[in-house]
Amino acid sequence: MKTSNDTSPAINFSCPACGLLCDDVALVSTSPVRIQNGCTKSITFFEQAYSNEYDNIASASLFGKATDLNTAIKAATKILRGSKQPLFSGLGTEVTGMRSVMHLAEKTGATLDHMHSEGAILNTLTLQNGGWQNTTLTEVKNRATLILAIGTDIVSSHPRFFEKLVWNADSMFDKTSPEIIYLGVPKENTQAGISPSGTQPLVVEAEIAKLPEIMNALQALMNSKNPLHKKPSTDQVGGVSIASLLNILEKLKAAQYAVVVWAAGNFKYAHAELTIQSITQLIVKINKTSRIAGLPLNAGDGDLSVNNTSTWLSGFPTRNRFTHGKAEYDAYYFSSAEQLKSCDALLWISTFNAHLPPATGVPTIVIGHPNMQFEREPDVFIPVCIPGIDHLGAMARMDNVVSLPLKKVRESTLPTLSYVITQIKDSLT
Amino acid sequence: MITQLKNGRIYDPKHGKNGLIQDIYIRNGRIIHKPAANERISQTFDLTGKVVMAGAIDMHSHIGGGKVNIARMMLPEFQERKSYTEPEAHICTPGCTHNATPSTTDAGFRYIEMGYTAAFEPAMLPINARQAHLEMGDTPMIDKGGYAMLGSDDYFLRMLAAKKDQKAINDYVAWTMHASQAIGIKVVNPGGISAFKFNQRKLDLDENHSYYNISPREILKSLSRAVYDLGIAKPLHVHCNNLGAAGNFETTLNTMGASEGLPMHLTHIQFHSYGTEGDKKFSSAAAQISEALNKHKHITADVGQILFGQTVTASGDSMIQHLNSKHANPKKSVIMDIECDAGCGVVPFKYKDQNYVNALQWAIGLEIFLSSEDPWRIFLTTDHPNGAPFTSYPHLIRLLMDKSFRNETFAKLNLDAQSMSNLASLDREYSLYEIAIMTRAGAAKLIGLNDRGHLGEGSGADITVYTDQPDREAMFSKPDFVFKDGELVVIDGKVVKVTWGTTHTAKPAFDISVEKDLKDYFDKYHTMQLDNFKISDDEISSDGRGSIVVHEHKSATQ
Repeated sequence: MKTSNDTSPAINFSCPACGLLCDDVALVSTSPVRIQNGCTKSITFFEQAYSNEYDNIASASLFGKATDLNTAIKAATKILRGSKQPLFSGLGTEVTGMRSVMHLAEKTGATLDHMHSEGAILNTLTLQNGGWQNTTLTEVKNRATLILAIGTDIVSSHPRFFEKLVWNADSMFDKTSPEIIYLGVPKENTQAGISPSGTQPLVVEAEIAKLPEIMNALQALMNSKNPLHKKPSTDQVGGVSIASLLNILEKLKAAQYAVVVWAAGNFKYAHAELTIQSITQLIVKINKTSRIAGLPLNAGDGDLSVNNTSTWLSGFPTRNRFTHGKAEYDAYYFSSAEQLKSCDALLWISTFNAHLPPATGVPTIVIGHPNMQFEREPDVFIPVCIPGIDHLGAMARMDNVVSLPLKKVRESTLPTLSYVITQIKDSLT
Repeated sequence: MITQLKNGRIYDPKHGKNGLIQDIYIRNGRIIHKPAANERISQTFDLTGKVVMAGAIDMHSHIGGGKVNIARMMLPEFQERKSYTEPEAHICTPGCTHNATPSTTDAGFRYIEMGYTAAFEPAMLPINARQAHLEMGDTPMIDKGGYAMLGSDDYFLRMLAAKKDQKAINDYVAWTMHASQAIGIKVVNPGGISAFKFNQRKLDLDENHSYYNISPREILKSLSRAVYDLGIAKPLHVHCNNLGAAGNFETTLNTMGASEGLPMHLTHIQFHSYGTEGDKKFSSAAAQISEALNKHKHITADVGQILFGQTVTASGDSMIQHLNSKHANPKKSVIMDIECDAGCGVVPFKYKDQNYVNALQWAIGLEIFLSSEDPWRIFLTTDHPNGAPFTSYPHLIRLLMDKSFRNETFAKLNLDAQSMSNLASLDREYSLYEIAIMTRAGAAKLIGLNDRGHLGEGSGADITVYTDQPDREAMFSKPDFVFKDGELVVIDGKVVKVTWGTTHTAKPAFDISVEKDLKDYFDKYHTMQLDNFKISDDEISSDGRGSIVVHEHKSATQ
């Protein structure tokens, strides 16, 4: 049984529940467990983490039957030893865990893909196709005079964004609160954009699926000779009037420091990387004369930490593979969806949350959150520590620049992901 | 256990040994005095005829931190291993994978295979230092360390604008060294990275930052004073204003005076040595720069040589990199404003021998090398990966040591560039002794690594053994043996044992009350807690591989 280490009343820690990695959060670990400065996501995260504290002793299992750790590690080793083309997916972990995963992948010739890569890969493709001009959270907090949110309300994925970075009373250069513009966000989801003094955001409603044409039109309007300028301003592109688009553009150009926010995972249509590219190209164009920068939102579960670690260790971001010790990269072919068609073993990792593996007929090893409840029991399940609660670590924040240390706030009897992975690696001949 | 290296030709400039035939003894990772006759020697290497130097030290190489990782992510095509045909002026070496953005593993291996045993990341943003150390922690074989970047961080600029006294600034600088686990302080385009965030596009040495109303000269004066007062061995590492701009040599000459006689190191000075003469309004000012370098004894410099081929430029200088992004090849780039602390710009670049500017840049770097009189004050770098990948060092050494090879290469370059360079008239050939100064003894002295870069008793046994060959590129590409901390880790240019090296730091004393203001500042303006900004020793050493060495600093003068 795990017990909370409750000697001190409140412990500060970095919250891994979303990409903001808020480190002003404190855990009051005496029963009942409470968190200070928590948000909806962090509360869920902690409830999950603490839910099996006393009533449910998570145990390793083989096809749902409880077993001891060593037997489970042996069974996992056997599966990987017999595999010619394993897929390591999920990858819900932080830097320390990912380091060990990389070493096992190198040894087993595994393909690596993160559970949220369908969105994240759109940003990677944009970066690899044209690059971008981006900013980070402290710059937003102190400098932003305008925030344009495209296709995201921001707070569903990053709940304290406005509280911490937008409606802050203190800022370094005595700026006023930023003007907020939502583009392609339903009006009912824009409450967070109302300033504490009641200033309403500008909401330009549009279907997300129309964003490709809307973004193209915004870019086109940057060119004063573009024929779009000659059309009546009431004409619409993607359901938005040209007048509205011109208004957005003028505000972006006039702002002292504009920030454009998007969430790649929300663009659920084919070749959505081209929409992101339109956003980044617009930023590049405006930056020729005034200051503006982008800020992509991440999806979570250690996506950026995993990508960064993979990149420095193998030279490639995820959706990579090791063949005879050499890394390869393919943004399409090395996706989980593609690999599930041909892999002969699946290692699914999800340590922050109890995300379940995809349905597959191949032998499946699951290493992850002790709360996992399977519809179909995997060949091997090994519950492990939760990073930032049960063990130390390091994690990249959503801006992909700042990284924070993860703390250990309680003692756990469960092993860490690194321990399990290293045991498997060392058992492979 | 004692290891004997017998009969080698020793090049150890710190002790004035210029090809002296001598034995070296190693015990517990250190070089020791000749043991007594009754002590048992476990292992002897007969190095008769071989050239023996300390392990080489790269004092400026972008090996860790966000910029490099952005470059890796943006440029997966760089990782492909192609075999190129080798034109004379190309950057190939036998071990070269043509990879300007090696993984951390590859970086460690390629360095040690060339006999380099340490490399220093010169642009560690304090806010990104954790990632820099994580990456360096995953870099095997070599020792590492970083210079913390200041001078466009708002905390410092606010102090300077508020005319805080030098002691307060010194405390902040020392605190930053501790917090970021650094061994030196760097300033990049002083004030310019911040000014770019205020939409300034250019900042001259004596031009004011539009918000703070302070000039780069004031920043340099304050930071060079802080580094000196604190007794940090490594002089302030300066990436001057106006990098890459035609006519920037005047900024560089003027910058030499900004520290008012205190030590300063001007980095990748080749990129700051451009005149405006000729039809193309771009010319070599290497003569003026070298003359000034020779005269100003308080100034040291590394060259930042360019070599032809594909690479990527990764810099903290977001202002200049934004300007350069129009030259990106392939056409993509990343520019970032970072945390009211710094910035970065990553722009891929292809230097071409038939391009006038690139050919002249190549010549300018070599002109500076050959016209600088004191090898203790000039250092061999390509500003990896900005001028060329570090794997091209053996090629660069051959260019310096072999005049006919150099002139043959020069004769194939863009003709207009040839007519604008006096390179062919420079007869100098660097000696092995001078190479050992530039790449070993001088670099160790500059950074303050007292027990590295030489072969004296008590020194760490980082030792490289070469076969003397007329083809210096072949010689320096593939050492016979490399010992790291006394362990044999490379035989015939191939790694035989994996080790992890240490992290070198310096931690000058400071008044802890500096944290009171900093805590208020972090709570008000930052998006992380002060305590998490600081990198603990455990974060570097708790994995059982990493370790930290804290170097003594010079005695403080205040």
